[in-house]
Amino acid sequence: MVRVRLDSVSKYFGKVRAVEEININISDGEFVALLGPSGCGKTTTLLMIAGIYKPSKGRIYFNETDVTDVPPKDRNIGMVFQSYALYPHMTVYENIAFPLRIKKVPKTEINHKVKEIAKLLRIENLLDRKPGQLSGGQQQRVALARALVKRPDVLLLDEPLSNLDALLRVYMRAELKRLQRELNITTIYVTHDQIEALSMAHRIVVMNEGRVQQIGTPDEIYNKPANTFVASFIGTPPMNLIPCSFIEENNSYFIECSAIKLPLVKDVGNLIRNNISSSEVILGVRPEDIDIIHGNEEGHATAHVLVTEPLGRDVVVTTDVGGNIIKIVTTPLKSPTPGEKIKIKFRTKKIHIFDKKFGKAII
Amino acid sequence: MVKHNYSKAKYLAYRILKYVIVIIVAIIPIIPVWLMYSWLISQSFSRTVILGIVPSGFTLSNWRFLWSSITMGLKTYPNVWPIVFNTLFLSLGVSALVVFISSLGGYALSRMEFKGRSQLMQFILALHAFPSVILLVALFILLNKLGLYGKGIMTLVGIILVKAALEIPMATWIIKGFFDSIPWDVEWAALVDGCTRFKTWRNIILPLVLPGIGAVAVFSFLSGWSEFLLVFTFVKNESYYTLPVLIYHMIGEFKEINWGLLAALGLFYMIPVLIFFSLSQKVLLRIYVGGIKR
Repeated sequence: MVRVRLDSVSKYFGKVRAVEEININISDGEFVALLGPSGCGKTTTLLMIAGIYKPSKGRIYFNETDVTDVPPKDRNIGMVFQSYALYPHMTVYENIAFPLRIKKVPKTEINHKVKEIAKLLRIENLLDRKPGQLSGGQQQRVALARALVKRPDVLLLDEPLSNLDALLRVYMRAELKRLQRELNITTIYVTHDQIEALSMAHRIVVMNEGRVQQIGTPDEIYNKPANTFVASFIGTPPMNLIPCSFIEENNSYFIECSAIKLPLVKDVGNLIRNNISSSEVILGVRPEDIDIIHGNEEGHATAHVLVTEPLGRDVVVTTDVGGNIIKIVTTPLKSPTPGEKIKIKFRTKKIHIFDKKFGKAII
Repeated sequence: MVKHNYSKAKYLAYRILKYVIVIIVAIIPIIPVWLMYSWLISQSFSRTVILGIVPSGFTLSNWRFLWSSITMGLKTYPNVWPIVFNTLFLSLGVSALVVFISSLGGYALSRMEFKGRSQLMQFILALHAFPSVILLVALFILLNKLGLYGKGIMTLVGIILVKAALEIPMATWIIKGFFDSIPWDVEWAALVDGCTRFKTWRNIILPLVLPGIGAVAVFSFLSGWSEFLLVFTFVKNESYYTLPVLIYHMIGEFKEINWGLLAALGLFYMIPVLIFFSLSQKVLLRIYVGGIKR
């Protein structure tokens, strides 16, 4: 078990900036997800932790030891690659035994450990096969077994579920979470799938364009996004972001967008006034925090329904509110029909305000 | 119904015609090759051959070089085997040297970043364009200075070096292609699993490029086996002649050509090539599928 600390780590490929000034502290036995769109530097970060890439700047620590210059073989890490990277010329048994064989572990012990891990991952019956004869899900388990067999201090997972079909992915998500809890290994998990990150990780590191956008628990990431990127990246459908202006009238505060005028509580208004760079702000509201109402209430808006997408339990309603596209999640019972005009109201307690210039969250 | 039957027959006729044409086209180029081989085989086992292919009078006397003495120039050999040994020594030496250097060099060119890598690769390809004929004089001086000329078996070692040098550029390119096709992930996995760079190369990468190594081994063996010019030019001691030179002397001396002997010798010359190909065929065809899902 180790703590992993990245201390202002940067990586450049020639002039291309892949990762910039990353600071992450990962505690013992913690499950951390690196989440971000393709090319955001999350895999590069993982490969630096593995020791395959050397950081251009900054240091990496396992506990108190500086491992920045330690080669991968001496870091005692287990890693599962997106492509699984099984050795095609070896059987499943040989694949799993390989890390132990390199360490010159006695044969009987290897045999015992391979059998044990194979049992844990339920692949005992596949040991004589070659990777080419396995399905994607089976290959994935073999890759996981190979990573776990040497009892690594840190387990690195690079999009391990992205090549599985949807059903298997849901199953493996729970399975991975169970394994991680049972073995209590510090785990770093790279994914572009927010559901995986939100459902499995203790903490999530959201990355974009080589920079950390926010580090927090799934709850914090979802409910208190630090900036517009995190807000627009997390959630299906993501948060509605509406350009608005912040106005002060007769000692009371409002958020005004083209067709909405939202009154604000005094404290909130003061907080916003003291923290914005200009009156230009972005109003953020999650689709599930918008109510469809009947009758007139203060701060309501009229929406023109464009499309409805029934998803079984929920319905996603896409509406046009004064030129802004706003998505609403509602129940099938309340679902309007396309073309209809409806009245909507934002739950004032759940709104987010972002500074337009910097994208930073204010509330 | 009638119409249907008619179109079915037409379809069948069309299919048959298609195959007949394909078969004819495939057979025509084979005929001369087949004729040559059948002449070679029948000539080597018979006293006379009528019209080029019909053998008459079975005899093994054409194959007498396997057990009785043969004369070439001023030298008389007890039988053909010392010459076979020389040829094998030359071709296996070339093959081993080419495989060793090109598999290491190909890996470096494929996987390592260093300055001037692409220029080096272009240069290597340009090297391949040199025919050995234009190098003969320079090579003579070089081998002489290195003490690899006219020094018995060392002369053959010198030729091995020259031949391997001529083969390595192309071989390196071929093997580089095989290394390129192995994903980085597999190599990284081995590094994470506890291998050094060399162990990774040895345990993981090398087994995966075996087909490429097999191909390079076969081709360099064959080029060594059939090397004539260098041996003919540099080897003056008849004890170190090789089979191509022996065959040349069977034709080129001022005497009547013994076609039966020549045919038998030609067939004999082919045998190791066939053996080498059939042994390495499995390796050449074994291309791993799976294990890597992209």
